[in-house]
Amino acid sequence: MSQFRLEIRIKPRQGLLNPEGKAIHSALRSLGWGHVEDVRVGKTIYMELEADSADGAVESAESMCRKLLANPVTEDFEVAVVGELESAGA
Amino acid sequence: MRAAVVTFPGSNCDYDLYKAIELVGGDPHFVWHRERGLGGYDAVLLPGGFSYGDYLRAGAIARMSPIMEDVVAFANAGGPILGICNGFQILCEAGLLPGALVRNASLRFESRDVLLRVERADTVFTTDYDQGQILRVPIAHGEGNYEADRETLEVLDGEDRVVFRYVDADGEATEDANPNGSWHNIAGIVSASGNVLGMMPHPERAMEAVLGSTDGVGVFTSLASTFVTAGAR
Amino acid sequence: MTGPDGTVMDPQVLPRDGDPDITPEVVTDHGLSPEEHERIVRLMGREPTFTELGIFSAMWSEHCGYKNSKRLLRLLPTQAPWVIQGPGENAGVIDVGEGYALAFKIESHNHPSAVEPYQGAATGVGGILRDIFTMGARPIAVLDSLRFGDLDSGRVRYLFSGVVSGIGDYGNCVGIPNIGGEVAFDRGYEGNPIVNAMCLGLMKREELITASASGVGNTLMAVGARTGRDGIHGATFASEELSEDSDEASRPQVQVGDPFTEKLLLEASLELIASGAITGIQDMGAAGITSSAAEMAGRAGNGVELEMASVPTREDGMTPYEILLSESQERMLVVAEKGKEAEVRRILEKWELEAAEIGRVTDDGRFRILEDGVVVADIPALPLTDGCPTYEREGVESEEIAKLRAADLSEHLIPEGDLAKSFLLLLGSPNVASKRWIYHQYDTTVRTATAVRPGGDAGVVRIRGTTRAVAATTDCNGRFVYLEPRVGAMIAVAEAARNLVCVGALPTAITNNLNFGNPLKPHIYYQLREAVLGLAAACEAFETPVTGGNVSLYNETDGRAIYPTPVIGMVGVVDDVAHLTSQAFAQEGDDIVLLGSNTAEIGGSEYLYVTARAVAGPPPSVDLDAERALQQAVLAMGRQGLLRSAHDCSEGGLACALAEAALGNGEDPRGVSVTLDDDIRPVAVLFGEAQGRIVISCDPSRTAEVLRVASRHDVPAATIGKVTAAREGFTIAVRGASVSATVDEMAEAYFGALPEIMDSTSESA
Repeated sequence: MSQFRLEIRIKPRQGLLNPEGKAIHSALRSLGWGHVEDVRVGKTIYMELEADSADGAVESAESMCRKLLANPVTEDFEVAVVGELESAGA
Repeated sequence: MRAAVVTFPGSNCDYDLYKAIELVGGDPHFVWHRERGLGGYDAVLLPGGFSYGDYLRAGAIARMSPIMEDVVAFANAGGPILGICNGFQILCEAGLLPGALVRNASLRFESRDVLLRVERADTVFTTDYDQGQILRVPIAHGEGNYEADRETLEVLDGEDRVVFRYVDADGEATEDANPNGSWHNIAGIVSASGNVLGMMPHPERAMEAVLGSTDGVGVFTSLASTFVTAGAR
Repeated sequence: MTGPDGTVMDPQVLPRDGDPDITPEVVTDHGLSPEEHERIVRLMGREPTFTELGIFSAMWSEHCGYKNSKRLLRLLPTQAPWVIQGPGENAGVIDVGEGYALAFKIESHNHPSAVEPYQGAATGVGGILRDIFTMGARPIAVLDSLRFGDLDSGRVRYLFSGVVSGIGDYGNCVGIPNIGGEVAFDRGYEGNPIVNAMCLGLMKREELITASASGVGNTLMAVGARTGRDGIHGATFASEELSEDSDEASRPQVQVGDPFTEKLLLEASLELIASGAITGIQDMGAAGITSSAAEMAGRAGNGVELEMASVPTREDGMTPYEILLSESQERMLVVAEKGKEAEVRRILEKWELEAAEIGRVTDDGRFRILEDGVVVADIPALPLTDGCPTYEREGVESEEIAKLRAADLSEHLIPEGDLAKSFLLLLGSPNVASKRWIYHQYDTTVRTATAVRPGGDAGVVRIRGTTRAVAATTDCNGRFVYLEPRVGAMIAVAEAARNLVCVGALPTAITNNLNFGNPLKPHIYYQLREAVLGLAAACEAFETPVTGGNVSLYNETDGRAIYPTPVIGMVGVVDDVAHLTSQAFAQEGDDIVLLGSNTAEIGGSEYLYVTARAVAGPPPSVDLDAERALQQAVLAMGRQGLLRSAHDCSEGGLACALAEAALGNGEDPRGVSVTLDDDIRPVAVLFGEAQGRIVISCDPSRTAEVLRVASRHDVPAATIGKVTAAREGFTIAVRGASVSATVDEMAEAYFGALPEIMDSTSESA
């Protein structure tokens, strides 16, 4: 068993309105950054968990996303392993 | 008292604030966020609401508005500025007050009456209250949890910069009396220079008995009386 | 070339490349019957194109065309001297005195909320706000009427909390106070939540604007958010089966609300209307551009021509069909007065809103759509809006329900254990318990006009500069309507009126949201017809005309329909805010007087549901004349300053009504000492939900006068006890039994119920 560090990106679904992104886009343009084409806002969840393997960690996290962390109607998700720590006694 | 009520896209307590100032005999004017210049105003007030939808961070986009340069200059020149709710958030984002307002500990919007203890009756916003007086005022916010780093909090305490605190009916600042998890039940603070006040509760909603409480009147009469005695402008 | 109705027709409307052919399946997919399709062909003089079929499917849908309900809705009384605008516009409008007019309406967003509760509820609020401000009225309050299954289900808790957050976040951000509403939990709503949102708006009479697109040559402008694929095919989806694994094409394009844009739209719209630079403004709601443009044209007898390439879109490659049927939120259709387009732009620019000229008003009576100059749809405007067929279906009562109504309830009159146990169980049941878990998430005081906040019998908003106020409430006990639709509907109206008079408001008019199952099923159509008849009877009796509303049908899962739930949104006028009456007992020593009579009826009661999980028996009887007399008596008492408090009896019966009045908002409760003399079984007299009852409290020196006023109105009245100090507890003595509880026990049950359920257990989609 190892401890894995994961970054879970919860992303707004393409095609749906993203009001926050829209407001930020507008603000950036009015502040002079006119070359910004599109802005959408999601969130990142930083998680540490124990698993037998990196694949196992990802599978576990994806399952959490489907059940709780992401809303399947309005969000997509992406899980990435960004680090591995040896457990004590491994 | 000639007062500027600065309005941003999404401000929605501007009208209430305007009416509150009128009620105490003041002369309020709406100033749109894209206008420039606050000369001729005795006081500047930033109303509550959801400027820019509270998107990104509450007050973050509003604080970049053109008028904010004038608001900062007004503050630096010693003019009184009152920020209520979203107004308080904007003042923190603009650096005119320390700390930040983050999401309520309950993770929910909290809308109800709270009891506040007046900690400082000597600011230009509170002279019409007594030290320790308890006020009944409505709150309505999702991000009213006052947070700052250790250093800042020590300074606020040490320099008596907390002006209003959430308390219970016995006047005690208990956890139950704290509606949003604010550090040390802080509901409102004043700047080191004493002329900038930010508070989460809505005194402008406690001006008439028919609406539930008149305990908010003191904030506006205190401010207005500063300018009556100084002579009409 | 001339069409069958004599108007000029473009013969060159050819099907677009890539558009599907019109087959019987495509027709059915669009919710149109073969007969309706034929009707369209006759009307057009040819087969419609795919785009045209889409337009008809939207305009002739239940939502826009009221196919199965229009004939019934004609039975409702809609007129009175104080009605300025009846059904047919975006909202109804009544005169409330002192030169002011009140626009108000209720609408549903049931199906989207079942799929995505937060956004479904949020966009429901957005839609009803737009219906109000397009009339020229500034929204001053919202109310919500919600139904869910039992809260022991994780999915239900998820829906409930999502809906409440959605309503709260949207309304709070736009800055409109929520002044009341109702929520009920019953397995009858499992899988089909009901989310109805009501809005009130205030204006001076002369500020009223109607949506007609008058003025040939005037420019049509799309204002606000860009058009995306929101809502296209959205409502046909079931909810739970969705997952990341579902392919992209099958996940619904839910409508996402943007309350910030809505706030800007609200301010800009009111400014536009006040400027005189526009002749019409319409919300782009369901079926967006199509319904708004068509309805505007239809009303004025003109036509419209729209260029799809000019509509600002959020997604690439949108077809005319998609643009026309999109339900993207926060968009308005504005008719600018010819020559005043620059003024319109100036106002929109100030509010940082996008605006695009997308077409013009014509005089040829056609609804014409172009794509890059090519005509892709050309339909006669009036038949499109007014030619929707209306049906009268077969209505037959369900035998199963008739049997339920005839059930023998005598075994349920035997209390389980001691009465105090049942009492606390009832007080703590979600249908009775305090709803402040909900309304503490709603801003109730913004705009400094809320004179009575949620938690009382009705919400009240004062009219600044006058002594007047308007009051509103939403009511409907779906169980009663299920058991006997006509009676249940009358009760809904009666309860709403009682709630209004309890705060001191004169019941004045109603808006209604009819939430029912599939009307093609005879037993559902029976419910619809009977309910409408009951509504009509009660509205006539109380002189509260119907000024508009909404119909939401097909609320079913797996063939099982919701309880028929005709939600009544009633508004009333308060002459003088000095006469507002509170719900809570005030002074120790005050007398408690019961107006109305207790009965042995426990059919359809919360008591039955909580103790036996049963919805059975006949609903309580309701006497419309007696209700009216009761309303007038209480109003008279209020005006004469006789009342310290007034509260009506509903779920949980008399015992719960007394408990609610004793607890108030929890800060300063009272005790109660009451003796009931009725020769009625204890369970029935304490927890039965007999109609026509209001509990008042008064200073003992005024009791005689109270009884006199009651007697003058032929209202039964009896002093039943006294308000005591909290430490003396709560006691009701009946024949042969009594119920006692401490105020602390009651407070814990009543205020603790929803937080206990919602804050400690998990919610899962």
